[in-house]
Amino acid sequence: MSERYEIRFSGSGGQGMILAGIIMAEAAAIYGDKNAVQSQSYGPESRGGASKAEVIISHGPIDYPKATAIDCMLAMTQEACTKYHADIKSGGILLVDSEEVKTLPKGDFKILSFPIIGTAREELGKTIVANIISLGMIAELTGVVTHEAVEKAVLSRVPPAFLDLNKKALQIGFEKAKTLK
Amino acid sequence: MAEKKKKLLQGNEACVEGAIYAGCRFYSGYPITPSTEIAEGMSVRLPKLGGKFIQMEDEIGGIAAALGGSLAGLKSMTATSGPGFSLKQECIGYACLAEIPLVIVDVMRGGPSTGYPTGPSQSDIMQAKWGTHGDHPAIALTPSTVPEILSETIRAFNLAEQFRTPVMVLYDEILGHMREPVTIPNPGDFVVEDRAKPEVKPEEYHPYDDKFLIAPLAPFGSGYRFHVTGLNHKQDGFPTNDSKMIRENNERIMRKVHVNRESIWKNEEVMLDDAEVAIFTIGSTARSARFAVNELRKAGIKAGLLRPLTIWPFPERAVAELSSRVKAIIVPEMNLGQMTLEVERVAKGRCAVEGRFRVDGEPITPSQIFHEVRKYL
Repeated sequence: MSERYEIRFSGSGGQGMILAGIIMAEAAAIYGDKNAVQSQSYGPESRGGASKAEVIISHGPIDYPKATAIDCMLAMTQEACTKYHADIKSGGILLVDSEEVKTLPKGDFKILSFPIIGTAREELGKTIVANIISLGMIAELTGVVTHEAVEKAVLSRVPPAFLDLNKKALQIGFEKAKTLK
Repeated sequence: MAEKKKKLLQGNEACVEGAIYAGCRFYSGYPITPSTEIAEGMSVRLPKLGGKFIQMEDEIGGIAAALGGSLAGLKSMTATSGPGFSLKQECIGYACLAEIPLVIVDVMRGGPSTGYPTGPSQSDIMQAKWGTHGDHPAIALTPSTVPEILSETIRAFNLAEQFRTPVMVLYDEILGHMREPVTIPNPGDFVVEDRAKPEVKPEEYHPYDDKFLIAPLAPFGSGYRFHVTGLNHKQDGFPTNDSKMIRENNERIMRKVHVNRESIWKNEEVMLDDAEVAIFTIGSTARSARFAVNELRKAGIKAGLLRPLTIWPFPERAVAELSSRVKAIIVPEMNLGQMTLEVERVAKGRCAVEGRFRVDGEPITPSQIFHEVRKYL
């Protein structure tokens, strides 16, 4: 069986975690040369509550669509971090928003803490693009999709009026992640 | 040849693509999680194609209007989840007896009642067969991937039109909401069956003409006038108390599906040739099972998978054959044992049959299946 690369985006409903998962899967499977499956779980509420999106990327067929041993996880809230970090594999990466996640979990994985929402607010004036910054960071940190593929995927998903904003957010993500490596 | 277009689609979006491809031009329903994206997609697509989308007052209205759409000659569909599927059962029986082609999609969530709207389940297997009263034929298809939701929705329309009967597409919330790459088919990639039209003049037409096993169905409004009722009826569609006609009609609606069951059955077999233990399951659970089978084979364990894409009529021949050559059939399902009963019935004690169930809104994982199979070897 081909290797699976597993990414989990987690936060609260309304933070764009599912959209980030969709864009990552499109970067891999539509704009890249890999296979990808994206799945999600969320509660009945449309805003708030812990929400997660998972993306499995592989060169071959993907049977089980959910995460089994996570290579990289993003946590944008304390609740999501606490609830969902247990599946990170040994040697995996946990990227957290440093303003939101104060209690860091213990485990045999690398923790990277960065003010993602704060950067969106201060450098772009819009916290709504924090998910796109995080997407850029994950693309850079994992190398599982190319910058070009993720940019094409982002631009195909956002309304024309927000192309520049999202392009900038993605670039900031690439740059900031380099400083963490 | 036109270039193939690959898109990342959600299961429910693929269902819409399949329905449109199959020629569905009428959708009526009432939105319910986790099926709502089907209604949403049909409401966007149908008006552009000259079709009709109606959101009805409730689930019963949703299927009743679709029956009307179908009688008027349009391929019709409704979609729902468990609670709505319960409400639609009366009209499903009506469609069986009045022989009205229709596709009903049920994206299964936890139940009973309102249950767990955003969690997956496979607990409507028996409802698809026995949810409506009386003896009646049931055809239910169980895709396991997003591309298969597209192709099985097309097959559902084909079977509904061929057999003049309601056909159900059953898949769980995981498949409804997950996204996978799908190649959008070009015309000609899949066979599309259209409804047989009457070859007689309107005054000679009988909607239940006993010259046929399945009589052609004339579209309402095309000059062919006939009566449609949920009562047992004569060849012209009007009610009857004639016991011979009642018996013949009841038996015929069962027979039309039964004698054609070989062409309706569709199974995938994974490494079954030399298997000592087989797994029987559907939908997203079959994905966990395939993962487990690969891992078991790596560990030197002879495991295989029988995956039906048609759960009704139940794949009796395949299960009977399998039960005579394996030690055990493991049946993992996201309910408390529905398919297991059918596998036991068909296996007739020729091998062990073990159900493994889960109803907490979480999927059955590959490692759970791996450990169940290992117990037998």
